[in-house]
This record gives sequence, structure tokens and C-alpha cells, in this order.
Amino acid sequence: MATDLHRQVNPLTKETTDDTAVRVDSLTRSFDGRAVIDNLELTIPQGEFVALLGRSGCGKSTLLRVLAGLDREISGEVLVPQRKAVAFQAPRLMPWKKVWRNVLLGLPGRPGREVAEKALEEVGLGHRTDAWPKTLSGGEAQRASLARALVREPDLLLLDEPFGALDALTRITAQRLVSDLWQSRGCAVLLVTHDVEEALLLADRVLVMDGGVIAHEIRVDRDRPRDIADPYIADLRTQLLDRLGVEAPEAAEVEKVA
Amino acid sequence: MSPVLLEPVVPLSARRRSVPRWLRRTTGPLFLLVLWQVCSATGVLPSDMLASPGTIAGTASGMIQDGTLPHAMLVSVQRVLNGLVIGGIIGVALALLSGLSRLGEDLVDASVQMFRTIPWVGMIPLFIIWMGIGEAPKIALIALGVTFHLYLNVYAGIRGVDAQLIEAGNSLGLGRWALIRHVVLPGALPGAMTGLRYSLATAWLALVFGETINADDGIGFLLNRAREFFQTDVIVVCLIVYAALGLLADFIVRTLERLLLQWRPTFTGK
Repeated sequence: MATDLHRQVNPLTKETTDDTAVRVDSLTRSFDGRAVIDNLELTIPQGEFVALLGRSGCGKSTLLRVLAGLDREISGEVLVPQRKAVAFQAPRLMPWKKVWRNVLLGLPGRPGREVAEKALEEVGLGHRTDAWPKTLSGGEAQRASLARALVREPDLLLLDEPFGALDALTRITAQRLVSDLWQSRGCAVLLVTHDVEEALLLADRVLVMDGGVIAHEIRVDRDRPRDIADPYIADLRTQLLDRLGVEAPEAAEVEKVA
Repeated sequence: MSPVLLEPVVPLSARRRSVPRWLRRTTGPLFLLVLWQVCSATGVLPSDMLASPGTIAGTASGMIQDGTLPHAMLVSVQRVLNGLVIGGIIGVALALLSGLSRLGEDLVDASVQMFRTIPWVGMIPLFIIWMGIGEAPKIALIALGVTFHLYLNVYAGIRGVDAQLIEAGNSLGLGRWALIRHVVLPGALPGAMTGLRYSLATAWLALVFGETINADDGIGFLLNRAREFFQTDVIVVCLIVYAALGLLADFIVRTLERLLLQWRPTFTGK
């Protein structure tokens, strides 16, 4: 599958590659002279699930917004697929459109309702196609938002802490759903999160962002579904927490309690 | 251990009265009406100051039967509708212009804000000089009042649309016009409906001003003629008609709001 990458800095230049979904070269983004992203390099192969960790304010969400094309006040080179989709932390459904119309919003052509129904079925929301967004629960709204992203058949799916606002039980279900959808779709995924366990359960590769660059990365070579109690995963978890500047054993306790 | 006193949590449905809401709402006005009739009948309220509800009802039915009231109503409603349409088009067009683009805002907003500070009633003499005493100055007056209310509320509605939703629209690949159609305008609708309500109230007010100053037709004309003959009953009938028409307009807007804004997750009262 060849992904059609296009250069955002100059939209006229396009480039076709066989195996890359994202290529970022010396990317810098400054807010009032302070570089939040500072000469960052990143490559994501097609079909890879990447989790991006980092402390609050480290610029991980900014990076996602740059990749989504929502933030263009940048310098450097950014190549992303033409077909990309974002799911935000808040579902951001248009409250004045029924769920199925939200899913179809922005799709080229005049797709029929059945397209939306199929996508909603896929996220387990087939029974709520005709509902107003205000009547959805938090988890349902987030799944609708996911359906809206997936119906675009993206080559790159950008997830900005999509489980952050969900309760613990709903989060587990939603994480499994994303994992299943990714395995059946085969698109590249960039998941921005602050949850180390979530990153280790879902991703092929976990990146840690610090000081405006990718400061650390680890590969997670384990088949799915993964178990957080697996010593291999637990060891990676300790490493990552260490990288994030948290004293591991104590932090582990605190996280379990929280 | 001392015993704890338990009390039942009464379900809301058990507390709800069996009287329907609309009936409950009519009791207040009905009480005032009865009080008025009693005051008139006992002579507390002399009839040359204010006629009794009974007399007024008789006068009203007479005016309806001889056709003077329906005709006057038709003329007045037509004026309001004309003014509303003209003012509505101008107000919404200006609001879109300055709400949607920063260039439009710079060009339009300052001028509209400047004209808005002029009390529109004060424009009546100028309108009479410009347009004579026919229909034109009355409709212009109504249109003027309507324009500013709609402009302000539609503009505020557009600028109040959640930036997160705009960004979501962008991320879904919506172009400029699709964004306006699917995100900005529906988001501005609550503001627009508020504007419509205000402008309807203003439209009736402008109608009263326009018709009492110079008119040979319409409810305001009936009102003026009644003043010359001290017919307090006719005056009250005219006032009631004004009020009833205003109420009807409000009802129409409420219905519109219910249909168009049913998506809104807002508090609807207990």
C-alpha cells in the first residue's frame, strides 16, 4: 500500500513512499519565542502503532496538532498522509447534528446514511445512529468520535488522549476497541497519552517527548492482548516512569491507588 | 448507639401536581381580570378612567362584527411583517458580513455600533421629511429597530461558536463554506433566535410609535381616534390586540426554537 504523503510547508510538492506514514524533519514550533518543539525528528512506518508520552506541557499535543495540519506556524519539514483523521480528548461532536450526520460530516461526495451506520456498527454504536449527541454517555460520544475518524479510512489516525475523560471501566473497553480497530484497519496510529500502562498495552513503539524532541524510545515486542502483570511489560513500565522523572516503585503505588 | 431518624426520599413524580402546566400558568392573569371586573362593578374604577372587562368585551365583539378591527389588524400586521422582512434581511446580512470575516468586521461593525446609539424613535421626524406620511416611514421605522437587534445577536452568535468545534471541522477537512454551513451558522442559531425575539418586541413598539404619530389606518389609528372621543373601552381593545399579536409572535418564535434548537443540552427548568 503506497501512502500519498504531502508536504504541509509547501502543499504542491507530493511524495509517494512505500513504507512511511509520517516523516518529520527538523520541526520547530515556538510560542512567543519559546520553542515547544525544537528541531524534532520523527518517522512512523505505515501501520505502526506509536504512543507518545511526556510530561504535561512537553509539546506532545502540539506535535499532534502539527501532524493533523491544525497548527501550521512551524518551520521544518512535515510529511503526513493526505488521508488522516483526529480523535480529540473531548468528542467534539456537532451538537446540532444527529450522530450519523456527525460521522458523515466532511466526507467527500454525498455518502449515504448506510456508510455512517456501518462505521457506527463497527464501534458498537449501531443502536444510537439517530440520537442527538447530548443524549450520549461519555463513552458513547467518544466512540462516535472514533467512528467519525475511522469512516475517513485514514492512513494515519491521530488520537489526542482520547480516553482521558473516560472512567476506568469504559477506558478499558475503549482501549480494546482501538486496538481491535487498528488491527483490522492496519493504519498508522499516533496516540498521545500520559498513561504509561495504556501506552505499553497498545503500542508497538513508545516515545517519550522531553525538551522539544523525542528524548527516548522503546520498542514493545509482545503479542496482543498484553498483560500489565507481564514482567517484561512491568520492566518497561519502570524504565519509562524513570524517564518521565518519576521514582518508579513509589510512583507505581501511587498510580495503582489513583 | 442512639437510633437514627430515617425519612423517605419522596420521588419527584409523587410531588408533581395533577393540574396541567398551561392551566397553572393562566391562573395569575385570570385573577387580575376578576379583580379588575370587581373594581369596575363596585365603582372603585370609574368607567371614564378605565372601562370594565365586560364593556370592553362587548366593544370588541362589536368592532369585530362591523369589520373595523379585523381590517385594522390586517393593516398593522402587514406593516410589521414588511418591516421585519426588510430589517431582518439587512440585519442578518450585515451580521454575516462582519461575523464571518475580519475585514467585514472592520468595515461594518464600527458603523453599525455608531448608528445603534441613535434612539430610533428620534428618527421619526427625519423619516417623515424623507418619505412623507404614507406606509414607507412606518415600515422603515420598524425595519430600523429590527435591524440592530438581529445584527447584534447574530453577530454575537457567530463569534460565540466554540473554537474547538471549528477546529474539529477543520480536522474533518471542511472547506470555508462547508464550515460556515455546518458549524458556524447552526452554532449561531441560538443567538439568532434571541435576536428574533428582541426584534419582534421592537417591531411592535415601532409599530405603535409609527401608527400613533401619523396614520389613517391600522390599530394605532383606531387608538388615536378613540382618544379624541374618550372611548377608554376602544383604547383598551386596541391595547389588548397589540398585546395579543405580540403574544402570538412570541409563541411562533418559541415553537421555532423548540423545533430548531432541540439539540441544545441546556437546562429547561424543573
